[in-house]
Amino acid sequence: MSGIPGALDAIPILGIVFQLIGYVLDNLQYVSSTTVAVAVPITLAALCGVMCERSGVVNIGLEGIMLTAAFVGWFVAAEAATSMGAGTPSPYFGITAPLLIGVAAAIVAGMLVSLLHAWLSISLRIDQIISGTIINIGAAGITGYMYSLISGQSLVGAGQFQAFQPPAGVVNIPVVGWLINAVLNQGPVGLVTIVIVIILQVMLFRSRWGLRTRASGEHPRAAETVGIDVVWLRYRNVVASGALAALGGVWLSMEQTGNFNAGMTQGRGFIGLAAMIVGRWTPLGAFGAALLFASVTGLSQSLTISQPTGDLGNLINGVPGEFWEALPYIITIVVLAGLIGRSIAPAADGQPYERESAS
Amino acid sequence: MVHQHFMLVPVLSVAENVVLGAETMARGPFLDRREANKRIAKLASQFGFALDPEAKVGTLSVGQQQRVEILKALYRDARILVLDEPTAVLTPQETDEIFALLRKLADDGRSIIFISHKLYEVLAVADRITVIRRGRVIGERKPGQTTEAELAELMVGRAVELTVDRGESHTGAALLQVDGLRVADDRRHEVVPGATFQIRAGEILGVAGVAGNGQDELVEALIGLRRPTAGKVTLDGRDVTGASPRVMNEAGVGYVPGDRHRFGLILGFPVYDNLILTSYYRAPFARGMLREDAAVLDSARKQVSRFDIRVPSPTVATSTLSGGNQQKVVVAREFDRPLKLLILDQPTRGLDVGSIEFIHRQIIAKRDAGTAVLLVSAELDEVMEVSDRIAVMYRGRIVAEMDGRTADKSKVGLLMATGGDSNPAEEAKA
Amino acid sequence: MSGSGQTATSRSSPRVWIRALLWTLAESIVAILVAVVLGGIGIFLFSGLLPNHSAFDLGLPVAAYGALWSGAVTYPRGVGSTLAYSTPLILAGLGVGLGFKAGLFNIGGRGQFLMGTIGALAVVTLFGNSLPGFATIAIALVVAAIFGGFAGFIPGALKATSGAHEVVTTIMLNYVFVFVTYWAISGPLRLPRSPQAVTVDVGTRGAALGTTSFFGVDIFGPNAHWGVWLAVAAIPLVWFLLYRTTLGFEIRAAGANSDAARYAGMKTRQLVVLTMSLAGALCGLAGGTTLLGVVHQIAPGYDTTIGFDAITVALLGRSNPIGIALAGLLLGGMRAGSQSMQISPGVPGELVDALQAIILLFLVINMLRRLRLRRHAEGPTEASAEPYGLGAVATEAAQ
Repeated sequence: MSGIPGALDAIPILGIVFQLIGYVLDNLQYVSSTTVAVAVPITLAALCGVMCERSGVVNIGLEGIMLTAAFVGWFVAAEAATSMGAGTPSPYFGITAPLLIGVAAAIVAGMLVSLLHAWLSISLRIDQIISGTIINIGAAGITGYMYSLISGQSLVGAGQFQAFQPPAGVVNIPVVGWLINAVLNQGPVGLVTIVIVIILQVMLFRSRWGLRTRASGEHPRAAETVGIDVVWLRYRNVVASGALAALGGVWLSMEQTGNFNAGMTQGRGFIGLAAMIVGRWTPLGAFGAALLFASVTGLSQSLTISQPTGDLGNLINGVPGEFWEALPYIITIVVLAGLIGRSIAPAADGQPYERESAS
Repeated sequence: MVHQHFMLVPVLSVAENVVLGAETMARGPFLDRREANKRIAKLASQFGFALDPEAKVGTLSVGQQQRVEILKALYRDARILVLDEPTAVLTPQETDEIFALLRKLADDGRSIIFISHKLYEVLAVADRITVIRRGRVIGERKPGQTTEAELAELMVGRAVELTVDRGESHTGAALLQVDGLRVADDRRHEVVPGATFQIRAGEILGVAGVAGNGQDELVEALIGLRRPTAGKVTLDGRDVTGASPRVMNEAGVGYVPGDRHRFGLILGFPVYDNLILTSYYRAPFARGMLREDAAVLDSARKQVSRFDIRVPSPTVATSTLSGGNQQKVVVAREFDRPLKLLILDQPTRGLDVGSIEFIHRQIIAKRDAGTAVLLVSAELDEVMEVSDRIAVMYRGRIVAEMDGRTADKSKVGLLMATGGDSNPAEEAKA
Repeated sequence: MSGSGQTATSRSSPRVWIRALLWTLAESIVAILVAVVLGGIGIFLFSGLLPNHSAFDLGLPVAAYGALWSGAVTYPRGVGSTLAYSTPLILAGLGVGLGFKAGLFNIGGRGQFLMGTIGALAVVTLFGNSLPGFATIAIALVVAAIFGGFAGFIPGALKATSGAHEVVTTIMLNYVFVFVTYWAISGPLRLPRSPQAVTVDVGTRGAALGTTSFFGVDIFGPNAHWGVWLAVAAIPLVWFLLYRTTLGFEIRAAGANSDAARYAGMKTRQLVVLTMSLAGALCGLAGGTTLLGVVHQIAPGYDTTIGFDAITVALLGRSNPIGIALAGLLLGGMRAGSQSMQISPGVPGELVDALQAIILLFLVINMLRRLRLRRHAEGPTEASAEPYGLGAVATEAAQ
């Protein structure tokens, strides 16, 4: 990377910026829809985090939940396809029966892993970071073990979901067409995610469940004194949120690709946690932060596929490819370090709740 | 049930806090906010106070928060209200207002159980008084037919002296001089907009004020935990403005923090480690980078017996001690050396009578040895009892200073609540 | 081993101390046994997925564990490779344990290990030809510690200045350092004029760590290397630092209650940076010894599971240096044995990762039960107020 400062001296920076903006505008459709797609698993992980942490449970086991669900979904779908036949994909989304069975299995698996976290952190009141770490280690170990076992078998996957293709007329609407395309040109999990973001945002701030959740995360004893069963509420939230992280896993192994790989989550659960913090523990904010992180990947993927020309192209050629791969993680760290002081966690986040025996 | 510690969620609005657990619902899973706000406003006006249902509870004064607690009970149409130490954090004026409200509620036909250890309050508000000691009912009295002294005797089982004899103070030269000190809080709001005062050798200055009027920030600035934005602090002629906690400690400043569990002690550590928490790095407890465990244990044994800390051995974990003994560990650590200045933040909060008496005696002994003492407390009674001089803090300013022996409690209370309308300079002469 | 919590009572009565030690050991052994049984059931259930094995083969778990055992303890080869595997585990485990003591959760072992590897490799690549072997090794190990220390310094400094939580930043940095490693191996540190993208073989520069010979006798066979002695030396050094120095007192105080430590005049932010740097240096050293002692030459794709392994070691060893040594040996033995297990009955080595998680799970549950019993005897204690704060178990583990 020692070449960069020298290269920068030689090239007018402002010109590069303009070229970059021009490049993004030229490739807007690709960059934007890739960004939304990449943001999907991060968002789902972040939403899982929001549901848990708003009720007072820190969940860094997101990564493990996603990984488990990604494996189980893919594996069950593949087994189903082997035993009952792959079936014909439906015209929309390429849905087949084995894929749906896989999704159901993934969600169940995700919720079961969440139940383990809930039991460890709510009932046993184990340190929640340690509980999450155990889940991450265990998920990596068990899925890795199973995957090694299976890899000798040449198991054929059940394929993957297809993205929805918005009609050309809509995509070509001036000014906003690209935006509609970015949102709609997604597979079923992607589209469902956007709907879930909106539903969760409304429910969290307008419904009884949301009010009780927020109260439990801020001041569980106060919630308990007005008759709310904090333990039960936290259990429900943590277990239900496992389905969200599981969908993130489904996206990885059944929507983005049709395959499972050991450790394929690659830290997305943790980026999701960062998105949740940057988004101040709100669903919409988390989605926005996930889009921000994903835009880096969207842009760098675009840059590798269609290389820009001119000074910008030269500059990018001078940067090692690993830099682009590391960039989302670097951006996450920078944003996290820059924003954290102004982002305040729920007051009882991470604190085990113990009912007072007296009073 | 209204608890001693507020059972309110600060980041939620008044309405959200009130309806929580007994939500007024619109369609489906959604809340009916308009209806809830209407009912809350109606209830409030019925009992003669006003509250904005949309305001965040964290932005309200403690007196208003207390009303939100009562509103919670009324919203559920409670017939019996249990109030556990409801006045602990209120000024005397706010207390009077709450008493008036309780009266209205009682006249409205509701039953109220009022739990308090402040005898004059019980005498002022109750129709009937029950004294409980160690879980047993010791006696029942009517307010008109009893006295504070009799109730106190029932409470503790023997006749107690209600005040510590503070004796005469023999003041010397000014040891601590604070000039125009300005301090900002974590959100960079200036909460101490210029404090000026001095404390002489052999004098106890009590700072009275409702919690949250800049006392914490003032103390943190004096002890070096918070950098003042302007002003000057002089200790025995030396400029120590913005000096670090370590420098202040070495300059002869002792400090008892308000929350001993959070700031004063490491509960998982053995008692002997807590006794050297501020001096672990210097002789005789360390030689260079190395610990001298024999010296640490030796000194711990001596302090345990001198300060009457009830432990089987100084090697037990501090978490196993009672609150009073834990605070004695802090006191032993901070008091047991020659001091120029002693800063005490609520040194007896939550302690039993015996420990309070012990600590008050230690404070007075320290004063008699020529230490300047700064006592900050939201418990007006404590300030009144031991201070030679009382300063009242209101919104970060010292609004009045007066002699501790002749100060009038209701006047101090009024100053705490309102800051006083008269000229602070005149107030100081009074 | 004195100084805090339950071990503090140790001085007053040796009987109590021994009982506490036995309890701790018993808990660990129970957790390990449960993991072995559950792992065996796992092998049994999925044996049909292995080529050349029938479904539900009861002999397979026995064969697998037999291979694991002999691969770990046969003398000298098994023992030697157990020691070789244990060395980085103990070094990195000490790093993570040191973090626990300071109330920090260092999940960055992976990145710190890789940076240490790169540091050592850079020294061998640049100076290996011009310096004598022992000097190259010495400088390489120092630079490995410095590189790893820097990788730990970053999250420490971020936490101290902005409050960004180290759990998230260390994980993010792991990925950054993985890509830095890829870049370094395929770029600047790539062996020139070589058909494949590989780095220099440290053996060809005289920088490989020799065997653990003692007066001409090769004690632990060809699989071990004298980097083992580094781990052996690090154990008492870290213990001494924690319990016999004022810095160790500060680290433990800041870890147990950082507010109280700050009020007592300790510079807690600097302690965070220092502890993270020290932890990173230990993990970097683990990377350096692994390069010079075991792998010698690396290629793109080089990676490690040391991050999670070190957490297991630190938790299993209760963050106590001696406990970490024992836990490191256990895990090292499992890793060494998993190699033979993978070869002979063909059970995948990832089984060890799964076993690790199960051990941890049951260990934590056991520890908590004991903690709960003690709590009830003592009355309530305050919970930590910081979100992501390490609560009861980590503190317990740190004692």
